[in-house]
Amino acid sequence: MPRNLVGIDALTRDKILYLLDMAREFELRPNRKLLDGRIVATLFFEPSTRTRLSFETAANRLGAKVIGFTDPKVTSSTKGETLKDTILMVGNYADVIVMRHYLEGAALYASEVSPVPVINAGDGAHQHPTQTMLDLYTIRQTQGTLENLNICLVGDLRYGRTVHSLLMAMRHFNPTFHFVAPPSLAMPDEYKEYCREYGIHYEEHEEFSEAIIAQSDILYMTRVQRERFSDLMEYERVKDVYILRRDMLREAKTNMRILHPLPRVNEIHVDVDDDPHAYYFQQARNGIYARQAIICDVLGLTLEDIRHD
Amino acid sequence: MTNETRMVAAIENGTVIDHIPSEKLFAIVRLLRLEELGRHKVFIGYNLDSQLMGSKSIIKVSDRYFTDAELNQLSVVAPNVTLCIIRGYKVTEKKRVALPDTLRGIVRCNNPKCITNNEPMPTLFHHTTGSQVLRCHYCDKEQNISEVKLI
Ligand SMILES: [Zn+2]
Repeated sequence: MPRNLVGIDALTRDKILYLLDMAREFELRPNRKLLDGRIVATLFFEPSTRTRLSFETAANRLGAKVIGFTDPKVTSSTKGETLKDTILMVGNYADVIVMRHYLEGAALYASEVSPVPVINAGDGAHQHPTQTMLDLYTIRQTQGTLENLNICLVGDLRYGRTVHSLLMAMRHFNPTFHFVAPPSLAMPDEYKEYCREYGIHYEEHEEFSEAIIAQSDILYMTRVQRERFSDLMEYERVKDVYILRRDMLREAKTNMRILHPLPRVNEIHVDVDDDPHAYYFQQARNGIYARQAIICDVLGLTLEDIRHD
Repeated sequence: MTNETRMVAAIENGTVIDHIPSEKLFAIVRLLRLEELGRHKVFIGYNLDSQLMGSKSIIKVSDRYFTDAELNQLSVVAPNVTLCIIRGYKVTEKKRVALPDTLRGIVRCNNPKCITNNEPMPTLFHHTTGSQVLRCHYCDKEQNISEVKLI
């Protein structure tokens, strides 16, 4: 059975911390030929330039070669080839498959049929575990710990899979969450139920206030997208309410950092970019280190291997 | 046993599935793949009067005993059926069905963006004893047992 990374919920607390320690090694020294001669396939059945570039940079910095496709129109899936056939074919060529798919559960199915490890780079609205790993890495990097933090999630909490996965991963670390969203994009009941089940403290707010920002260690912003609203009147009413501006940060704690999965549209005003609390571009850089660690881990390299390289 | 139930031919050996809600009869025929049974005799009573249920249906399958795994599938569509094992024209065992922990290839996922609805592959659902929901193994979407659609 190859090792895979399909969903963040499959990772134990120890495994998360282990992968973060591994990522730390790559932050200290990113360029290593640990995967010299190996081939990483990046199969993007749905385009995502950012995620693909991050994975390909991670693979290149490890000395691996990269094959794959980015535009589903040029692949056989439009000719009716099944996902299984594509995976079995590519599994003959590559040592590890990184895949992004528009269908939910696609990565789990691929991992069941693949002869080589599969890393989920996003399957529809379902899971995107490497994004969560880079979020966790960034939180630990900026706060020195993952324990007992006050995390404020802002914007689209209904459809935003990054916030759902982050919430699930943080269950190991006794967080307090503040959910800030309009009613139509509020955190779904199933995740609030999840919080109760794991004893995670949370509070819900409709108003995005300075007082909430002032309590936060992490302010995690997400896009409020027009297409998520069935009622466009409501979109017009709330679209400017969940925008972060620099003047809202006056009372923020010095350790507080602003994260965002990117791409940003207008939910963080550009005047925030120069504020010392802004951290979203550094966060994106951490994606390289987190993905280097994950690629090495599924290929069987250990933290010891990396430390002694 | 009501008169109408008795009108469906008695079998010497085999399985009787009784108290089937009539609207679920053909779903059960499909689940048990009765049309593939070959030379086994199958007797079906459809729309029979039932004091308990108003209308019910019954299936008698001659010389065929089903595994618990096969029978437990029925609980997805008809959790209250009664099963009688017949030997020498006598009921030697009565059973109820119970929803199994996993259901493979029986129920359709109600998430149109689920991989199982877009790839030729069997579905897989998980069920926790006592709960009324099935969770898709692949997309994690949950659905109530009363709302399931069969493959
Ligand atoms: Zn599903």
